[in-house]
Amino acid sequence: MNLLDPRGPVAAANSTILVDSVFIMLAIVVPTIIAILGFAFWFRASNPKARFQPDFVYSGRVEMVVWAIPALTVILLGGVAWIGSHQLDPAAPVAGTGSPVRIQAVSLDWKWLFIYPDQRIATVNALTVPAGAELNFQLTSSSVMNVFFIPQLGSMIYTMNGMVTKLNLRADNEGKLQGLSAHFSGDGFPEMMFDVNVISPLAFPDWVAATAKTDAVLNEDAYKKLMQQGVEKNRLTFRLDDPRLFDLIATQHIPPGPGPELLSDAGRPNRGGHDAR
Amino acid sequence: MLGKLDWSAIPFDQPIPLVAGGVVLVAILAVLIWVVVKGHLPYLWHEWITSVDHKRIGVMYILLASVMLLRGGSDAIMMRIQQAVAYQSQGYLPPEHYNQIFSAHGTIMIFFVAMPFVIGLMNLVVPLQLGVRDVAFPTLNSVGFWLTATGALLVNLSLVIGEFARTGWLAFPPLSELSYSPGVGVDYYAWSLQISGVGTLVAGINLVTTVLKLRTRGMNYLRMPMFCWTTLASNLLIVAAFPILTATLAMLLLDRYFGFHFFTNEAGGNVMMFMNLIWAWGHPEVYILVLPAFGIFSEVVSTFSGKALFGYRSMVLATMAICVISFMVWLHHFFTMGAGPDVNAIFGIASMIIAVPTGVKIYNWLFTMYGGRIRFATPMLWAVGFMVTFIIGGLTGVLVAVPPADFMLHNSMFLVAHFHNVIIGGVLFGAFAGFEYWFPKAFGFRLDERWGKLAFWFTFLGFYVTFLPLYIAGMLGMTRRLQHYDVAAWRPWMFMAAFGMLILSIGVICQIMQLVVSIRNREALRDRTGDPWDGRSLEWATSSPPPVFNFAFNPDVRGEDAYWDMKSRARQQSLEHDEPEYQDIEMPRNSPTGFVCAFFATIMGFALIWHIWWMVILGGLGAWATFVVFAWRDHDEYVIPAAEVAAIDRVNLEERRSLVSMAGIV
Repeated sequence: MNLLDPRGPVAAANSTILVDSVFIMLAIVVPTIIAILGFAFWFRASNPKARFQPDFVYSGRVEMVVWAIPALTVILLGGVAWIGSHQLDPAAPVAGTGSPVRIQAVSLDWKWLFIYPDQRIATVNALTVPAGAELNFQLTSSSVMNVFFIPQLGSMIYTMNGMVTKLNLRADNEGKLQGLSAHFSGDGFPEMMFDVNVISPLAFPDWVAATAKTDAVLNEDAYKKLMQQGVEKNRLTFRLDDPRLFDLIATQHIPPGPGPELLSDAGRPNRGGHDAR
Repeated sequence: MLGKLDWSAIPFDQPIPLVAGGVVLVAILAVLIWVVVKGHLPYLWHEWITSVDHKRIGVMYILLASVMLLRGGSDAIMMRIQQAVAYQSQGYLPPEHYNQIFSAHGTIMIFFVAMPFVIGLMNLVVPLQLGVRDVAFPTLNSVGFWLTATGALLVNLSLVIGEFARTGWLAFPPLSELSYSPGVGVDYYAWSLQISGVGTLVAGINLVTTVLKLRTRGMNYLRMPMFCWTTLASNLLIVAAFPILTATLAMLLLDRYFGFHFFTNEAGGNVMMFMNLIWAWGHPEVYILVLPAFGIFSEVVSTFSGKALFGYRSMVLATMAICVISFMVWLHHFFTMGAGPDVNAIFGIASMIIAVPTGVKIYNWLFTMYGGRIRFATPMLWAVGFMVTFIIGGLTGVLVAVPPADFMLHNSMFLVAHFHNVIIGGVLFGAFAGFEYWFPKAFGFRLDERWGKLAFWFTFLGFYVTFLPLYIAGMLGMTRRLQHYDVAAWRPWMFMAAFGMLILSIGVICQIMQLVVSIRNREALRDRTGDPWDGRSLEWATSSPPPVFNFAFNPDVRGEDAYWDMKSRARQQSLEHDEPEYQDIEMPRNSPTGFVCAFFATIMGFALIWHIWWMVILGGLGAWATFVVFAWRDHDEYVIPAAEVAAIDRVNLEERRSLVSMAGIV
């Protein structure tokens, strides 16, 4: 999950900006650190060679330089930030080959539901995408906040109940990646890591067809069962009953997921702690 | 009768908190019994608990901070061990326990370590530096301290009765709402902060008023020591920002107690509103903490370089610039919420702009050292260690202010490393520097240098070994607050961080040893002159520890570095040996108001947490009655007769004169 090993254009651009910014700053930080250590060492009281200048307490030139150096650095970096924010806005389109794949991600307590409305399928904790195509994510949450993040594909984004956030990504190489939630969401939070399978665009329709053969159907009732608090170890797959399911969730036509109260103990990880209720 | 409270609140099935809480309880009881049996109770009551002397209150703040540092540090050790062992396993802490620990760690370290430490130092030092006898509102000062202590007490109470929040230290809704956190944890969190928040606010009002209204003759704004300036800036921020926190938590509590919908998922609640409000307080908060530390380093670098602070006016400007800009950057805490490119870019650039005055400060300290005669006493080691460490923290800080970089680093271990880099490297190093620097002033003897330097080196090294691996883990995609994980690449770095924690712990042990050794050798370390470091500002112009009235005469200030100026003039003009004409001094009387008020506030807070409504009314009425009784007081000052002032002052005056004349000859 190395951020410096990007597998898509968004991650590549983000990490380039990250690395460039570090180097821009190192250009003044390293000399400053050396100067601090150097001055501290040279002007030690026990060094007879150092000239004591108790009256050197103001110098207009030095002041100008010390205000100018950080100011110039910030102007440069500010430009990077301005351009970067616009080009790499999570909602900005990403060029890709073939038709874009729409994916609607819902963070549940404590699993990820990925709905493919056009393919009329859905998966849990495993995201399968074709290489090279633009991936249009719409994201929401069934209950508390989470952050959707696939480190090697780039930008993360919050998921919030009653709201939809947008994120566009692209995966360039086939292979297995990992995603996670980057915002603490309760006891099962560490279990919110998910698999990302990037497959060839030719294999993608086959995968869709194979997935659509499953017996499990995702409708409102199945979704309500799924959104109960608990950890899901299996990579479940569903046929999607109603392609508007995501909208029903995002607009709260399906009410937010229940908290721990409505739940039997069995579904929660490592129960047994005291609960002061 | 007892609301939600019953025996199930005591975690009999959870050995760790029970044993930890039990040990603390036994320790507190043992200390109490020792105090009572030895007959120290009247002394403690009259000289400390009811004291309205800013120096005593400052010391008590620092004591509170130090004790809570041990608690917060224990949490940190447990977290580091958990993440070191919880690879493909559950580790030794179940989620509901681990989640409480990181929430408590953050809450304690910010509100009950960093805040009381810097407020304590400001209390102790600022009136002395301004050349005045006390803060503006001495009794209010005592109330502020005791309310802070109430908050700390409630947080620790949650260890044995009930639970603490499992939501992280900012308790983001909807996770912190009743539907997802039905336990009392969030209530402990919120009421602790509401009560201690009142304490912080009154401390802020008090210090702002003190700096603005109580300065000795000739102490113009542009002659104030830099620590007074940063105190002013920091407390202005407290006055402006803490009401936001109070209001935000009040809204959360209304949601939880009365079914309001400020931040719920349902009925039009908005979690992003909470994010904005909490960070509108939260970002100024980090400057509330770090500005006083900047002030401390300014004093330390200047004193130990034997030079006035380089570019004083530039420093003042930088301080006030940080004070203002710190209110305009809060959104950088959630660039990844989809705010849109213009908003993100503007807040990113605003955040970077803060780096300009901060950078200027670094360079001004650098040029203060240039041409100096630097003595590497322990405070100066902390200062140099700070400058190096803080620059690295500044670099990573500006990095996460670049939105596209933050899209990768938000909430990651990289971020965790960044803010520890600035909070430990800035605030904690500053607090330690201030502690070493002003300890002789507060207690009349110096701290042992050998243990002090060991403490520095272990802490300095330990910091890097702990937090550099976290930077790397963040670059490997690791997010924060994971109770366990399956990614092999993260594991070695978690091991290394745990090892670093061990080194940091040795640093803390050295710090404790330093205190023990110094108290044992206090006669040898005695400071009779009141000026052990060859200081420059007015706190060194009185004895160590200062008399209750601080100065027999209000000093007359004629320039920057007031005391340095006086010493130079005394040397040049040969000393006046005539006896000054002492006068009666009026000082505020001690008052139990603060302690009693906090006692009732504790009862009220506890009752609110557990929904024991009759007790809430009792506590509330008690606190109000205490205030009324205080407001009806007839006498609030007593007079120290001139003869007594003279007797106290003469002793120190002789020592001081001999010191100045000796220095004059050399």
